[in-house]
Amino acid sequence: MTTELGITTSGLGKRFGDFWALRDLDLAVPKGSVLGLLGHNGAGKTTAVRILTTLSEPTTGTATVAGHDVATDAAAVRTKIGVTGQGATVDGLLTARANLVMIGRLSRLSPAQAKVRADELLERVGLSEFADRRVDRLSGGMRRRVDLAASLVADPPVLMLDEPTTGLDPASRQDLWNLLREHVARGMTLLLTTQYLEEADQLADQIVVLDHGRVIASGTPAELKSRVGGERLDVTLADPADADAARVALAPHAESDDARVDGAVLTIALRPGTRLIELVRELDHAQIEAVDLHRREATLDDVFLTLTRKEMVPA
Amino acid sequence: MSASTTLAADTMVLARRNLEHIRQIPEKLLDVTLQPVMFTLLFAYVFGGAIGVAGGNYHEYLVGGILVQTLAFGVMGPGVSIATDLAEGVVDRLRTLPMNRAAYLLGHAAAEWVGTILALIVLSISGLVVGWRIHAGILDALAGYALLAAFGLAMVWLGTLIGLSVRSADAVQGIAFGVIFPITFVSTAFVPIDGMPAVLKTFAEWNPVSTMVTATRTLFGNPVSLPADAPWPLQHPVLTGALWTAGILAVAVPLCLRKFRARTAD
Ligand SMILES: Nc1ncnc2c1ncn2[C@@H]1O[C@H](COP(=O)(O)OP(=O)(O)OP(=O)(O)O)[C@@H](O)[C@H]1O
Ligand SMILES: [Mg+2]
Repeated sequence: MTTELGITTSGLGKRFGDFWALRDLDLAVPKGSVLGLLGHNGAGKTTAVRILTTLSEPTTGTATVAGHDVATDAAAVRTKIGVTGQGATVDGLLTARANLVMIGRLSRLSPAQAKVRADELLERVGLSEFADRRVDRLSGGMRRRVDLAASLVADPPVLMLDEPTTGLDPASRQDLWNLLREHVARGMTLLLTTQYLEEADQLADQIVVLDHGRVIASGTPAELKSRVGGERLDVTLADPADADAARVALAPHAESDDARVDGAVLTIALRPGTRLIELVRELDHAQIEAVDLHRREATLDDVFLTLTRKEMVPA
Repeated sequence: MSASTTLAADTMVLARRNLEHIRQIPEKLLDVTLQPVMFTLLFAYVFGGAIGVAGGNYHEYLVGGILVQTLAFGVMGPGVSIATDLAEGVVDRLRTLPMNRAAYLLGHAAAEWVGTILALIVLSISGLVVGWRIHAGILDALAGYALLAAFGLAMVWLGTLIGLSVRSADAVQGIAFGVIFPITFVSTAFVPIDGMPAVLKTFAEWNPVSTMVTATRTLFGNPVSLPADAPWPLQHPVLTGALWTAGILAVAVPLCLRKFRARTAD
């Protein structure tokens, strides 16, 4: 059985001067699925999105979007994509509605269709009452929502969003996630970049982790989490000198030998099902004074630290 | 839809966007309205008394000069606006849309050209107020306005080219002043060039601003006041003015398209 692919890349790379911002990116995103590109500042996320949205040409490799090659058939790609870049890409001097109508007209909608679509989307992102306000007079989060609405005007089969939820309040973030889920359920292919594991976890079917332009891990959210261990424990020590002793004391409950110390805080990957009381007992038994124990989900930082460490230690 | 209807439709959409910018920031129009009107009054009533024009009245002589000077300074508005726009993210979004890319520049030029036409109207009215009249047949008068409008369009594209070539909008002002100031003042725009030192006089005689000013005066039937030994271009100002206009457009438009592509390559 062959799956239809929404986005593919093969050996995709981009060099600025003699600096490789992106190297050897291979992707295969099935139609109607969500790919999360995860990475820190400078990882190469925007570079990848700009190539896939025809804004920038790759130095090496090839990419297709909705079956069209981004380098040789950019015009066709542009009829299939919706894009929201990392920075604001709406016109500050136009009203929210005028922006969306303009995008609609340039996406080949008739004037009447463009108006209807603009109002529909403004309603959907909760901006109906601000439709006639100049965009540069909206709040940052509202402007972001206009930007996201703009990417949906043409109801594109492939949507690419670069850090879409940056600057949104928690409620708007949830709303956006729901909106995106609706579109994906109807067959839209979505590529989004994010710095938050939680966001990728919420939306993505596949996650690709970039670091310094290279893929350091990929898989489903569940696979990634199992590789890095889902839960973390932060132990704040009364005396930072106890860090090593604490690591040894807690080792029986650690998922891996991968621990890290930041000042007085020791972080370990916690074995699933560990009870808090057991941890307290171990520390007490080793006569280590802890000021605070904090149990939490793994963050992107943890994923990175774990993955980059694994890279260095041959299996 | 054929490629040319899409281009026309996209150009209209983007021209409307730029006109909306002007509506939101009407101050943008001051340099093609208030400023030249001030120039008209200043030259008509302050300097005018001291400037003698052979075979006519200075106020009638002046208006052709002010019209062309305003069009020449018209490089500034389009230059600043395109440089400002390119610094905004909205151009990136436009480049991901299935629109014709030339429409971006065409829409910009079309909207800026509206400013040019407005300047011609405002200056004609202020000219009439200070005593300027058209002493020519209707066809010559229309030809005069057509030539001015075409030259104005050439200046819009030249300004766009400057805007596309600089790294920031502020630079446009510097370049425009440094170039347009000397070529408009060392010309037949405000004073007869007979009295200028030889080097300046030669410059003025071959200067396209002089050609355009003289063409305007000729077509409107206003005093021309040329040196007896004026070179061929000044003796045939309408033809030469039309050639300059066509030449500037023929060079600036393709260069703008090329620069725009280069500027937005990554
Ligand atoms: N036009 C450019 N010229 C030179 N270097 C560039 C250019 N664009 C990006 N880079 C470099 O490429 C690297 C990757 O940048 P990119 O914008 O793709 O990162 P990112 O993952 O999107 O980061 P962020 O989370 O900060 O948005 C960075 O080191 C950046 O400095
Ligand atoms: Mg980025």
